[in-house]
Amino acid sequence: MTARGTGALMSVTYEIVAGDFVRAGEAASKLKRVLQQLGLDPTIIRRAAIATYEAEMNIVIHSYGGHISVDITCDSIEILCEDSGPGIPDIEKALQEGYSTASEDVREMGFGAGMGLPNIRRSADDFSIESRIGQGTRLQVRILHRAGE
Amino acid sequence: MKIKEVLEVIDAELLTKPEHMERQVLSVCGADLMSDVLAFTKAKTLLLTGLTSIQAIRTAQVVDLAGVVFVRGKRPSPEVVEMANEEDLPLLVTHHPLYETCGKLYTCGLKGCSEL
Repeated sequence: MTARGTGALMSVTYEIVAGDFVRAGEAASKLKRVLQQLGLDPTIIRRAAIATYEAEMNIVIHSYGGHISVDITCDSIEILCEDSGPGIPDIEKALQEGYSTASEDVREMGFGAGMGLPNIRRSADDFSIESRIGQGTRLQVRILHRAGE
Repeated sequence: MKIKEVLEVIDAELLTKPEHMERQVLSVCGADLMSDVLAFTKAKTLLLTGLTSIQAIRTAQVVDLAGVVFVRGKRPSPEVVEMANEEDLPLLVTHHPLYETCGKLYTCGLKGCSEL
Protein backbone atom coordinates (compact mmCIF):
# COMPACT_ATOMS: atom_id res chain seq x y z
CA MET A 1 0.00 0.00 0.00
CA THR A 2 1.21 3.50 -0.74
CA ALA A 3 -0.40 6.72 0.44
CA ARG A 4 -0.34 9.80 -1.78
CA GLY A 5 -0.86 13.43 -0.93
CA THR A 6 -3.44 14.80 -3.41
CA GLY A 7 -6.59 16.89 -3.16
CA ALA A 8 -8.23 13.85 -1.66
CA LEU A 9 -8.48 13.40 2.12
CA MET A 10 -6.54 10.23 1.57
CA SER A 11 -5.35 8.12 -1.36
CA VAL A 12 -4.17 4.53 -1.31
CA THR A 13 -2.99 2.11 -3.99
CA TYR A 14 -2.89 -1.67 -3.75
CA GLU A 15 -1.01 -3.90 -6.19
CA ILE A 16 -2.98 -7.02 -7.11
CA VAL A 17 -1.12 -10.17 -8.17
CA ALA A 18 -2.75 -12.47 -10.71
CA GLY A 19 -3.48 -15.97 -9.46
CA ASP A 20 -2.57 -15.23 -5.82
CA PHE A 21 -5.64 -16.70 -4.11
CA VAL A 22 -4.06 -16.65 -0.65
CA ARG A 23 -3.67 -12.87 -0.63
CA ALA A 24 -6.82 -12.18 -2.67
CA GLY A 25 -9.06 -9.98 -0.56
CA GLU A 26 -6.22 -8.28 1.33
CA ALA A 27 -6.70 -4.99 -0.49
CA ALA A 28 -10.40 -4.91 0.42
CA SER A 29 -9.57 -5.72 4.06
CA LYS A 30 -6.94 -2.97 4.22
CA LEU A 31 -9.22 -0.43 2.56
CA LYS A 32 -11.95 -1.28 5.03
CA ARG A 33 -9.63 -0.50 7.95
CA VAL A 34 -8.61 2.82 6.37
CA LEU A 35 -12.27 3.81 5.95
CA GLN A 36 -13.04 2.77 9.52
CA GLN A 37 -10.17 4.92 10.79
CA LEU A 38 -11.61 7.86 8.83
CA GLY A 39 -14.89 7.30 10.69
CA LEU A 40 -17.12 6.76 7.65
CA ASP A 41 -20.63 5.33 7.97
CA PRO A 42 -20.57 1.49 8.28
CA THR A 43 -23.04 1.00 5.40
CA ILE A 44 -20.79 3.11 3.12
CA ILE A 45 -17.71 1.16 4.26
CA ARG A 46 -19.52 -2.10 3.56
CA ARG A 47 -20.40 -1.05 -0.01
CA ALA A 48 -16.83 0.09 -0.70
CA ALA A 49 -15.38 -3.13 0.76
CA ILE A 50 -17.75 -5.34 -1.29
CA ALA A 51 -17.00 -3.49 -4.55
CA THR A 52 -13.25 -3.61 -3.91
CA TYR A 53 -13.28 -7.28 -2.92
CA GLU A 54 -15.19 -8.35 -6.04
CA ALA A 55 -12.95 -6.20 -8.27
CA GLU A 56 -9.88 -7.63 -6.58
CA MET A 57 -11.11 -11.20 -7.17
CA ASN A 58 -11.74 -10.36 -10.84
CA ILE A 59 -8.15 -9.11 -11.24
CA VAL A 60 -6.75 -12.19 -9.44
CA ILE A 61 -8.92 -14.61 -11.45
CA HIS A 62 -8.99 -13.12 -14.94
CA SER A 63 -6.05 -10.72 -15.48
CA TYR A 64 -2.26 -10.80 -15.61
CA GLY A 65 -2.15 -8.40 -12.64
CA GLY A 66 -3.16 -4.86 -11.85
CA HIS A 67 -3.81 -2.33 -9.16
CA ILE A 68 -6.63 -0.72 -7.23
CA SER A 69 -6.30 2.99 -6.41
CA VAL A 70 -8.72 4.62 -4.02
CA ASP A 71 -9.21 8.35 -3.45
CA ILE A 72 -11.30 9.29 -0.46
CA THR A 73 -12.59 12.84 -0.79
CA CYS A 74 -14.87 14.83 1.52
CA ASP A 75 -17.97 13.49 -0.24
CA SER A 76 -16.99 10.35 -2.17
CA ILE A 77 -14.90 7.21 -2.39
CA GLU A 78 -13.41 6.83 -5.88
CA ILE A 79 -12.20 3.31 -6.64
CA LEU A 80 -10.16 2.82 -9.82
CA CYS A 81 -9.23 -0.74 -10.82
CA GLU A 82 -6.87 -1.25 -13.74
CA ASP A 83 -5.42 -4.49 -14.99
CA SER A 84 -3.44 -5.78 -17.91
CA GLY A 85 -4.92 -8.92 -19.34
CA PRO A 86 -7.09 -10.46 -22.01
CA GLY A 87 -9.91 -7.91 -21.55
CA ILE A 88 -13.64 -8.61 -21.61
CA PRO A 89 -15.00 -9.46 -25.10
CA ASP A 90 -18.65 -8.73 -24.26
CA ILE A 91 -19.18 -6.33 -21.35
CA GLU A 92 -22.98 -6.49 -21.61
CA LYS A 93 -22.84 -10.24 -21.06
CA ALA A 94 -20.31 -9.91 -18.23
CA LEU A 95 -22.70 -7.57 -16.44
CA GLN A 96 -25.52 -10.15 -16.51
CA GLU A 97 -26.04 -11.99 -13.24
CA GLY A 98 -24.94 -15.59 -13.59
CA TYR A 99 -22.67 -15.12 -16.61
CA SER A 100 -19.13 -16.29 -15.88
CA THR A 101 -16.04 -17.51 -17.70
CA ALA A 102 -14.27 -18.60 -14.49
CA SER A 103 -12.73 -22.06 -14.20
CA GLU A 104 -13.98 -24.91 -12.02
CA ASP A 105 -11.08 -24.28 -9.57
CA VAL A 106 -12.27 -20.72 -9.02
CA ARG A 107 -15.86 -21.90 -8.52
CA GLU A 108 -14.69 -24.33 -5.85
CA MET A 109 -13.41 -21.34 -3.90
CA GLY A 110 -16.90 -19.84 -3.91
CA PHE A 111 -16.33 -17.37 -6.73
CA GLY A 112 -16.98 -17.35 -10.45
CA ALA A 113 -20.77 -17.52 -10.10
CA GLY A 114 -21.26 -14.55 -12.38
CA MET A 115 -22.14 -12.14 -9.58
CA GLY A 116 -18.94 -10.10 -9.37
CA LEU A 117 -19.66 -7.19 -11.72
CA PRO A 118 -23.38 -7.12 -10.81
CA ASN A 119 -22.39 -6.90 -7.11
CA ILE A 120 -19.94 -4.08 -7.87
CA ARG A 121 -22.58 -2.17 -9.83
CA ARG A 122 -25.11 -2.67 -7.02
CA SER A 123 -22.65 -1.22 -4.48
CA ALA A 124 -21.83 1.83 -6.60
CA ASP A 125 -23.46 5.23 -7.06
CA ASP A 126 -21.53 5.60 -10.33
CA PHE A 127 -20.02 2.72 -12.24
CA SER A 128 -18.12 2.56 -15.52
CA ILE A 129 -16.12 -0.14 -17.22
CA GLU A 130 -13.95 -0.12 -20.32
CA SER A 131 -12.06 -3.04 -21.72
CA ARG A 132 -9.68 -3.56 -24.59
CA ILE A 133 -9.14 -7.04 -25.96
CA GLY A 134 -5.56 -8.16 -25.42
CA GLN A 135 -4.76 -5.13 -23.26
CA GLY A 136 -6.86 -5.00 -20.12
CA THR A 137 -9.78 -3.59 -18.20
CA ARG A 138 -10.43 -0.34 -16.37
CA LEU A 139 -13.23 -0.15 -13.83
CA GLN A 140 -14.31 2.98 -12.00
CA VAL A 141 -16.62 3.02 -9.02
CA ARG A 142 -17.85 6.04 -7.08
CA ILE A 143 -19.59 5.75 -3.75
CA LEU A 144 -20.98 8.95 -2.27
CA HIS A 145 -20.73 9.72 1.42
CA ARG A 146 -20.75 12.68 3.72
CA ALA A 147 -17.65 12.76 5.92
CA GLY A 148 -18.24 13.08 9.63
CA GLU A 149 -21.99 12.39 9.50
CA MET B 1 -28.66 -15.57 20.18
CA LYS B 2 -25.11 -16.02 21.44
CA ILE B 3 -22.54 -18.31 19.81
CA LYS B 4 -22.57 -20.55 22.90
CA GLU B 5 -26.32 -21.15 22.40
CA VAL B 6 -25.76 -21.79 18.66
CA LEU B 7 -23.19 -24.45 19.60
CA GLU B 8 -25.77 -26.36 21.62
CA VAL B 9 -28.55 -26.09 19.04
CA ILE B 10 -26.46 -27.47 16.15
CA ASP B 11 -24.11 -29.74 18.17
CA ALA B 12 -21.12 -27.70 17.03
CA GLU B 13 -17.57 -27.24 18.23
CA LEU B 14 -15.87 -23.83 18.49
CA LEU B 15 -12.53 -23.81 16.63
CA THR B 16 -11.42 -20.31 17.64
CA LYS B 17 -10.87 -18.37 20.89
CA PRO B 18 -13.11 -19.24 23.89
CA GLU B 19 -14.21 -15.59 24.23
CA HIS B 20 -16.07 -16.00 20.92
CA MET B 21 -18.71 -17.92 22.92
CA GLU B 22 -20.25 -14.61 24.01
CA ARG B 23 -20.62 -13.14 20.49
CA GLN B 24 -24.10 -12.17 19.38
CA VAL B 25 -25.74 -13.51 16.19
CA LEU B 26 -28.61 -11.53 14.64
CA SER B 27 -29.41 -13.58 11.53
CA VAL B 28 -28.28 -16.62 9.54
CA CYS B 29 -27.38 -17.30 5.90
CA GLY B 30 -26.59 -20.65 4.25
CA ALA B 31 -24.41 -20.34 1.11
CA ASP B 32 -21.39 -21.72 -0.70
CA LEU B 33 -21.14 -18.82 -3.14
CA MET B 34 -19.17 -15.96 -1.64
CA SER B 35 -20.67 -13.41 -4.03
CA ASP B 36 -24.11 -14.31 -2.67
CA VAL B 37 -22.81 -13.77 0.86
CA LEU B 38 -21.47 -10.36 -0.19
CA ALA B 39 -24.75 -9.43 -1.86
CA PHE B 40 -27.32 -10.65 0.65
CA THR B 41 -26.00 -10.82 4.21
CA LYS B 42 -26.28 -8.11 6.83
CA ALA B 43 -23.96 -7.20 9.70
CA LYS B 44 -23.76 -9.85 12.47
CA THR B 45 -24.99 -12.62 10.18
CA LEU B 46 -23.81 -16.16 10.90
CA LEU B 47 -22.75 -17.93 7.69
CA LEU B 48 -23.36 -21.67 7.32
CA THR B 49 -21.21 -23.07 4.52
CA GLY B 50 -19.33 -26.05 3.15
CA LEU B 51 -16.54 -23.79 1.88
CA THR B 52 -13.48 -24.06 4.12
CA SER B 53 -11.08 -21.95 2.05
CA ILE B 54 -9.35 -18.76 3.14
CA GLN B 55 -11.87 -16.84 1.02
CA ALA B 56 -14.65 -17.72 3.48
CA ILE B 57 -12.68 -15.82 6.15
CA ARG B 58 -11.95 -12.88 3.84
CA THR B 59 -15.59 -12.65 2.86
CA ALA B 60 -16.65 -12.75 6.52
CA GLN B 61 -14.22 -9.96 7.32
CA VAL B 62 -15.39 -7.77 4.43
CA VAL B 63 -19.07 -7.90 5.43
CA ASP B 64 -18.68 -8.16 9.24
CA LEU B 65 -20.18 -11.61 9.67
CA ALA B 66 -20.86 -12.79 13.23
CA GLY B 67 -19.08 -16.07 12.49
CA VAL B 68 -18.78 -19.01 10.10
CA VAL B 69 -20.15 -22.53 10.67
CA PHE B 70 -18.64 -25.29 8.54
CA VAL B 71 -21.27 -27.96 7.92
CA ARG B 72 -21.07 -31.70 7.13
CA GLY B 73 -18.10 -31.95 9.51
CA LYS B 74 -15.75 -30.17 7.11
CA ARG B 75 -12.73 -28.79 8.93
CA PRO B 76 -10.63 -25.88 7.70
CA SER B 77 -6.82 -26.00 7.64
CA PRO B 78 -4.85 -24.71 10.67
CA GLU B 79 -3.88 -21.65 8.57
CA VAL B 80 -7.55 -20.76 8.09
CA VAL B 81 -8.24 -21.12 11.84
CA GLU B 82 -5.19 -18.99 12.63
CA MET B 83 -6.35 -16.27 10.25
CA ALA B 84 -9.83 -16.30 11.81
CA ASN B 85 -8.30 -15.88 15.28
CA GLU B 86 -6.23 -12.95 13.98
CA GLU B 87 -9.35 -11.41 12.44
CA ASP B 88 -11.30 -12.15 15.65
CA LEU B 89 -13.88 -14.18 13.69
CA PRO B 90 -15.63 -17.13 15.41
CA LEU B 91 -15.39 -20.45 13.49
CA LEU B 92 -17.59 -23.44 14.28
CA VAL B 93 -17.88 -26.93 12.86
CA THR B 94 -20.94 -29.20 12.97
CA HIS B 95 -21.43 -32.69 11.56
CA HIS B 96 -25.00 -31.82 10.46
CA PRO B 97 -25.56 -31.06 6.74
CA LEU B 98 -26.45 -27.54 5.57
CA TYR B 99 -30.21 -27.93 5.39
CA GLU B 100 -30.55 -29.55 8.81
CA THR B 101 -28.28 -26.95 10.40
CA CYS B 102 -30.36 -24.13 8.89
CA GLY B 103 -33.58 -25.78 10.11
CA LYS B 104 -32.36 -26.24 13.69
CA LEU B 105 -31.39 -22.57 13.98
CA TYR B 106 -34.53 -21.32 12.23
CA THR B 107 -36.84 -23.23 14.56
CA CYS B 108 -35.00 -21.61 17.50
CA GLY B 109 -36.07 -18.20 16.23
CA LEU B 110 -33.03 -17.02 14.25
CA LYS B 111 -34.27 -15.33 11.07
CA GLY B 112 -32.81 -15.17 7.57
CA CYS B 113 -31.15 -11.99 6.25
CA SER B 114 -34.16 -11.14 4.06
CA GLU B 115 -36.50 -11.20 7.05
CA LEU B 116 -34.75 -8.55 9.13
